[in-house]
Amino acid sequence: MANKETKKKKGWSRRKFLIRSSIGVGVVVGTGYFTRSIWRRYLAGIANTLEAPYQGTTTAPGLWFEITAQNQIILHSPKVEMGQGTFTGLAQIAADELEVNVSQVQVVHAETMSGNIDTFATGGSTSISSLWTPLREIAATMREMVKNEAAKQMGTTRENIKAGNGIVTDGNDSFTYGEIVARVAEWEEVDTPELKDISEYKFVGKPVARIDLNAKVKGDPIFGMDAEMPGMLYGAVLRPSMIDARLVSADTAKAEGMPGVVMVVKEEDFVGIIANSYYEAESAKNTIEAEWSANKTWQYQDIANMIKVGQGDPQTIQKSGSTSGLAQVEGLVSAEYTSPMGAHAQIEPNGAVAHVEADRATVIMSTQVIELTRKEIARRLDFDKSQVNIKPTYLGGGFGRRLHTPNAIQAAVMSKAVGKPVKSFFSRQEEFQNDTFRPPTHHVLQASLSEDGLIESMEHNLSSGDVALGSPMLPAIVGQVFGSDVGAWRGGMIQYSGIPNYKAVSWRVKLPFATSWWRSLGLLANTFAIESFMDELAIKAGKNPVEFRLAQIDGSDRGYRLKEVIKAAAEKAGYSDEVSNGRAMGFACSTDANTPCAQVAEVSIEKGQIKVHKVTCAMDPGLVVNPDQVRAQCEGSVIMGMSASMFEKMDVIDNQLKPTIYGAYKMARMKHAPKEIDVVLLQNADAPGAVGEPPLGPIGAAIANAVFRLTGQRLRDMPLKLA
Amino acid sequence: MKISFKINGEDITVEVDGNMPLLWVVRDTLGLKGTKFGCGKAACGACTLHVDGIAVRSCSYAVRFAEGKSVTTIEGLSIKGELHPVQQAWTDEIVPQCGYCQPGFMMATAALLNRIPNPTDQDIDDNIVNVCRCATYYRMRKAIHRAAEINNQKV
Repeated sequence: MANKETKKKKGWSRRKFLIRSSIGVGVVVGTGYFTRSIWRRYLAGIANTLEAPYQGTTTAPGLWFEITAQNQIILHSPKVEMGQGTFTGLAQIAADELEVNVSQVQVVHAETMSGNIDTFATGGSTSISSLWTPLREIAATMREMVKNEAAKQMGTTRENIKAGNGIVTDGNDSFTYGEIVARVAEWEEVDTPELKDISEYKFVGKPVARIDLNAKVKGDPIFGMDAEMPGMLYGAVLRPSMIDARLVSADTAKAEGMPGVVMVVKEEDFVGIIANSYYEAESAKNTIEAEWSANKTWQYQDIANMIKVGQGDPQTIQKSGSTSGLAQVEGLVSAEYTSPMGAHAQIEPNGAVAHVEADRATVIMSTQVIELTRKEIARRLDFDKSQVNIKPTYLGGGFGRRLHTPNAIQAAVMSKAVGKPVKSFFSRQEEFQNDTFRPPTHHVLQASLSEDGLIESMEHNLSSGDVALGSPMLPAIVGQVFGSDVGAWRGGMIQYSGIPNYKAVSWRVKLPFATSWWRSLGLLANTFAIESFMDELAIKAGKNPVEFRLAQIDGSDRGYRLKEVIKAAAEKAGYSDEVSNGRAMGFACSTDANTPCAQVAEVSIEKGQIKVHKVTCAMDPGLVVNPDQVRAQCEGSVIMGMSASMFEKMDVIDNQLKPTIYGAYKMARMKHAPKEIDVVLLQNADAPGAVGEPPLGPIGAAIANAVFRLTGQRLRDMPLKLA
Repeated sequence: MKISFKINGEDITVEVDGNMPLLWVVRDTLGLKGTKFGCGKAACGACTLHVDGIAVRSCSYAVRFAEGKSVTTIEGLSIKGELHPVQQAWTDEIVPQCGYCQPGFMMATAALLNRIPNPTDQDIDDNIVNVCRCATYYRMRKAIHRAAEINNQKV
């Protein structure tokens, strides 16, 4: 790991800060970012080539810090905490430049009214990486401003003031930041100082315990579902159970007479029942006699038939050398793989508490897209967006499910109709049937081997339903710029840059229902296909799969980092091709958003089922801000990826999306989870990179590759099933 | 109808539809939000609480069945501000990610330890069957064993 901070300082480093004394309690410091919204660059970042810049507010001055008289630092985060540990990482980063103890830092979600808005989203494993430089600069500036005021109050110059542990001193007298701040009438601006050397950091790089740990262990009411407002009523919304469905009629006569029902709201796009309790609202909703119509009766097979390489719009997403004529090569190795449609299945349902008054709306909710939701509510209510205040809460899981949260509109419309705050959320069946699913995919892989048993030429063709395209997060122009779906590409490019000729092609298919962002996007399915195929090729070439991979990676920086994680995983796991004591190991690796990750799965067959005993995961996310939480993301990703690879599949039966409940929708649980997960973290880059999604990549292929060694069965379809 | 029961040691009487799930009485009538709604069909365990010391999925437990019984939620698990051994173990192992399902898991674990003070891995697999989408199972298993150890040290 390099100690020097070599990252080029961006143009914003000398910008002016907005300074505002908050009444009596402290000071708030913020900044207006002038990062232009460069969609192409941002999306390319998602598509795993470049970094994704922070999409901070460009018009309103943001608020970042408050320093209270009690010397507590409150950081108003524009990113939401959905379990990924971002709040803890941000607290560590801020504490080190502020020269305060991390225990002094409290992180809260910034309300939109505060002005500290991320115009894009919390997602794509970018929260820490995109805020790494901006947050340090803001915190360092804040520190210098406190020192500056301290100097004035103590009758000396800023150079004579030392700051540490939230205390400033001139060598004789000491004051807390809070004491200094309380006496400031008007703040003087200072230039953004040089950032500290990373080697000087006390908290960055340490396994600081999650700052939300105590609240989560005690069951504190921190989630959107827990929010209340005075006089609040409950709204239930009639939602379709079918795909491609339109509401023809809804007879609500019975519902209107049910106990506790206050009002029935009939809008063009939904019917809502407002009642005194959730139970009453749901009970009344269930009496509605609704008629739905669909253009066609869909079955899963219809969907599967649409997702086929060769259908839809192709787009070459990667090309090196020439693969022309590959299909005609003698000894061509070819294989096809599929992945099914997957549900998010986050436990906290989507919901919102909204209070719409004559000139403003207040909405408390779990969302990954604060600004988009704010705009959508404003549009529906015919408000200016400045009249809509979103108060984000902790998320009971994100995983991409909350990258569009139009359910907040329904809560707002009902609140406006009834003149009181309304809380409304999805039932579990509605969650499953109105999810924006991980799209099904189909992959065709072809390759030729040279005489020395290396890949001469390789092609990956992938077909997928939409991931990024069609999402209201992105302007429609994006589809035209890219021609195909950047989300579906994720992980679809060939990382073995040492191969002389290779090409990847993405085929876009539009499905009759919403498919969208699911943690790691295309990475899980693409890596399953490519890395299973790599294993097939290694076996064909008679080579050890680890050596086979290492031999075909170039000497670039990216290649070096990939090789290092491959070697680390193989070494830590003691990787062997041999079956031993009824167990075999499978190897796979991926590179996602510049974070390489390699995994070894140790597997046996027990009672005819695949049993994963141990997973070794080596990952290089660059500089690690919190090793404990990076490990936690690896552990969770391994099991979630296992779950998706081995168990999960949404079905379509006579237009109905099924299953609609946990259990029927099979997922990995405690008994399936490996008892050992060994995480090795490398740091061959000097800034933090992506963490929350990259470790989802290799696991499916690693398991399938182990199963082949055990049984001779090559499982090419997820969820993995033994014959 | 009027229903009387103990909630976290205190006697209360509520006047609600007796068929309303205990979950909604606890969350919305009594304002204790630690017990979570996940599926409403006893399939995920997010709503797990204790009725007379037994783990119950409160989303599918009509409140009238609580009459005269003692209900404990995550808010009542710690005694006099001291974390319950299960909560302490969860803290030590830094288990929660998003945290939403965790009260249900901790309540299920506390009930398991009442019955089986030193659960084996098989006991854990057989009894801890809630759903965690962040998939914190690896640390949860460690925390369950640790909670048993903390309990043993206290005896």
